[in-house]
Amino acid sequence: MAMAAEEIERLVKERFPDARVEIEDLAGDGDHYAASIVSEAFRGKSRVQQHQMVYDALQGNMGGALHALALKTSAPQ
Amino acid sequence: MSEQDVQAVQDWIGKQIAGRDVVLFMKGTKSMPQCGFSMQVAQILSHLGVDFADINVLDDMSVREGVKAYSNWPTIPQLYVKGEFVGGCDIVREMFQAGELQEMLETKGIANNAQTATA
Repeated sequence: MAMAAEEIERLVKERFPDARVEIEDLAGDGDHYAASIVSEAFRGKSRVQQHQMVYDALQGNMGGALHALALKTSAPQ
Repeated sequence: MSEQDVQAVQDWIGKQIAGRDVVLFMKGTKSMPQCGFSMQVAQILSHLGVDFADINVLDDMSVREGVKAYSNWPTIPQLYVKGEFVGGCDIVREMFQAGELQEMLETKGIANNAQTATA
């Protein structure tokens, strides 16, 4: 199973409309991505909480359709 | 699985985490990791000379799924220190590179060789 980068971006932006999202398909197989997400929603949250918010936005796809998504999250500087 | 079974697994996971200072839920074992992400975290801990318990989730499907529910975290590996969920591979690596992991281990009184390693 795999997931398109556009779909990841769409789900993230749906939850965090202000987000700046960069997604890189690491292996070119639609299954191993690295995503960098910057959103005001992350301010004041721990890393674990930030990643949990993203996983939640991905609606269960993480660990299922998406095997590997390296995440980097932060609030705007 | 019945509801009781699910609860039993959650209790078992809680006990593992409470019983030891550093617990890594991983695919494979520290000496033979079965996934690159699990390997990275095991390597970081070994590099820091941290004594940790490895729990191979591939041995038991109920633990593999159970720990995801326990931590509200969808992927393996998962690192616990003194009963607290630290994160998965990305977070542990980021913390290690920033020196925050070493700092946290010091704060929590976990023996490690970070100081000698960076001297």
